[in-house]
Amino acid sequence: MIWQQLLNGLTLGSTYALIALGYTMVYGIIQLINFAHGEIYMIGAFVGLFLVVNTGLNIGVALLGAMAFCMVLGMLVELIAYRPLRGRASRLSGIISAIGVSIFLSTLMVLIAQTNTRRYPDIFNIQTFQVGTLQVSSLQVIILVVATLLMIGLQLLVQKTRVGKAMRACSQDLEAAYLMGINVNRIISFTFAIGSALAAAGGVMVGIYYNAVWPYMGTMAGLKAFAAAILGGIGSIPGAMIGGLTLGVLEILGVAFLSSSYKDAIAFGILILVLIIRPQGIMGQKITKKV
Amino acid sequence: MDALISQYIDPYYLRILMLIGINIILALGLNLITGVTGQLSMGHAGFMSIGAYTSAILSMQMGSPFFLSLLAGAMAAAFFGFLIGIPTLRLEGDYLAMVTIGFAEIIRVFFLNFEPGGKAVGLSGIPQNTTFLLVWTLVIIIIILNAKLLNSRIGRAFYAIRENEIAAEASGINSTRLKVLAFTAGASLAGLGGGLYAHYMYFIRPQDFAFMKSIELLNMVVLGGMGSIPGTILGSVILTLLPEMLRIVAEYRLLFYGALLVILMIFRPNGLLGDVRVYDIKKKLQGKKVGLWQSSN
Repeated sequence: MIWQQLLNGLTLGSTYALIALGYTMVYGIIQLINFAHGEIYMIGAFVGLFLVVNTGLNIGVALLGAMAFCMVLGMLVELIAYRPLRGRASRLSGIISAIGVSIFLSTLMVLIAQTNTRRYPDIFNIQTFQVGTLQVSSLQVIILVVATLLMIGLQLLVQKTRVGKAMRACSQDLEAAYLMGINVNRIISFTFAIGSALAAAGGVMVGIYYNAVWPYMGTMAGLKAFAAAILGGIGSIPGAMIGGLTLGVLEILGVAFLSSSYKDAIAFGILILVLIIRPQGIMGQKITKKV
Repeated sequence: MDALISQYIDPYYLRILMLIGINIILALGLNLITGVTGQLSMGHAGFMSIGAYTSAILSMQMGSPFFLSLLAGAMAAAFFGFLIGIPTLRLEGDYLAMVTIGFAEIIRVFFLNFEPGGKAVGLSGIPQNTTFLLVWTLVIIIIILNAKLLNSRIGRAFYAIRENEIAAEASGINSTRLKVLAFTAGASLAGLGGGLYAHYMYFIRPQDFAFMKSIELLNMVVLGGMGSIPGTILGSVILTLLPEMLRIVAEYRLLFYGALLVILMIFRPNGLLGDVRVYDIKKKLQGKKVGLWQSSN
C-alpha cells in the first residue's frame, strides 16, 4: 500500500519537478517569480493534444512539438513583458507583469478552446504490470523515464556546456557576467526557452496521465510547482527536483492517509511547516545579510 | 440619507461605487503590509474571507448585531494576521510570499469543507446591512487614520524597514514587532472589508476569495504606486472600473485586462503614483522642494 502510494507520488512529483525547474532557473538569474509559467505548461498540454488529435502525430513527436512551441512562446513572453522592465523597475512590477501575461494566456486559451475539459484520445496501449504487490502502469514508467532523462539532460547542459557555464555565471552575478562578455539578454532568453520546454513536457504528460486538459489547469499546477521550487530552495536546480518529488510524494501520502478533500491544503501546509523550520528551503543556501 | 442616494444614483453605478469603497479599504490594508513595510503578501483574500465568513455566520446564525459582526470579523482576521506575521521573523521576500499564498489556499480549502459555512455552495441570505453611507464613512475614517499612522513614528519606521531593514534595526527600530504589527493592522482592514463585502453581496462562497482575488488586490497597490495612500486609492478605483469599462469587449475582457497590466507596468514601472504622499504634494504646492524616494526593491 505505502509503496504503491510512493510510486504514484513520485510520478506526480516528477511532473511538479519539471515545472518547478522553469521557476527556479528563471528566478536564479533574474529573481522574477514567473507567474506565467503555469500557463506555459497548460499551453504545452494543449499543443500536444492538438498535434495528436489533428495531425495524428506520434505522441513522442507531439511531445517534442509542444516543447518547441513553448520554447518560442517562453522567449516571446520574456521579450515582450519582462525585458522592458529589467533594470528600471522594482521586482514587484515584474511579478504584476507576469500575472498580466498569465491572465492573458489563460483567457486566450479559453477563447480558442472553451472551458470544457478535453481528453487525449485513447491511442496509448496502457498496460499494467504487477511487480510484487505493486501495480505499475506503463504510463507511469514512461513519465518517470522521460522526466528523468530531461532532468539528466538539463544537468548536463548546465554543468558541461558553454551555454550552461554562461547560465551559471549569470545566476551568480548578472553584471559581472555582462562585463565578462556574456550576452546576458541571450542567456536569459535561453533560460526561458529551456524552462518553458520542460513545463510543456510536464503539461503533455500530466494531460495524458490524468486524461484531462483544460485552460485553467495551469493555475494550481503553477502554484504547486512554485511551492516545490521554494521547498527545494529557489534558485537551486537540484533543489527544484527534490522539492518537486517531495511535494508530490507527501501530497499523495496526505491524500491516502488523511483526507482527499484537503488535498491542496496538505501540500501548502507541509510547505509552511518546512519553511518555518528551514527558511531557506531544503537545498537553498543561507543568505547572510550584508550591509 | 441612504434612501436619498439610492433614489438619485442608478443602481448599477451605486454598486460600482460600493465596490470601489470596499476595495479601497481592502487595498489600504494590503498597502500597509506590502506597499509601506515591504513584506510581499499574496494572500490578502485569505484574511478577507476570514472576515467575511466570521461576520456572516455571526449575523445569520447567532443573530448578532451588524456592527458587532463586522468588528468580530475584523478581529478574527487580525488574529490570523498576527499568526502569519510571526513567520516573517525568519522569512524573506518570495519565501514569505509563498507562505501567504499557502495560508490563503489553506483557508480556502478549509471553508470548502466547513459545514457552518455551507461548504462549496457558500452562504446565501446574509442580511444586506452594508450601506453606501457606511462604506464611504468608513473609507474616509480609514484614509485619515492611515495618513496619521504613516506620518507618525511608527509609519516612518515601516518605511524604514522597507528601504533597508538592517539600517532600520541599527537605528533602534524593533523590526520584528513592527512587521507583526503591520500584518495585524493590514489583516484587520481586510477582515473589515470582507465583512462589508459579505453584507453587501448577500452571498459568499470560497472561490470568491481564491488566489486571483489576492492578486487583484495586490495589483491595486502596485499599480497605484507602492506605499502611497493616494496611489492605492487610485489603483483601487481604476482596477474596479476597468473590468466594468471592458464590458464592451465582452468575452475579450480579461484578455485586455491582462494585456493592460503588462502595458501599464512597462510604461509606469513604479506605479502610477509611486511613493507620492499627501504630505509631499502639500509641500510641493507650497513651493518647497521635497525628496521623493524611489523604491529600490
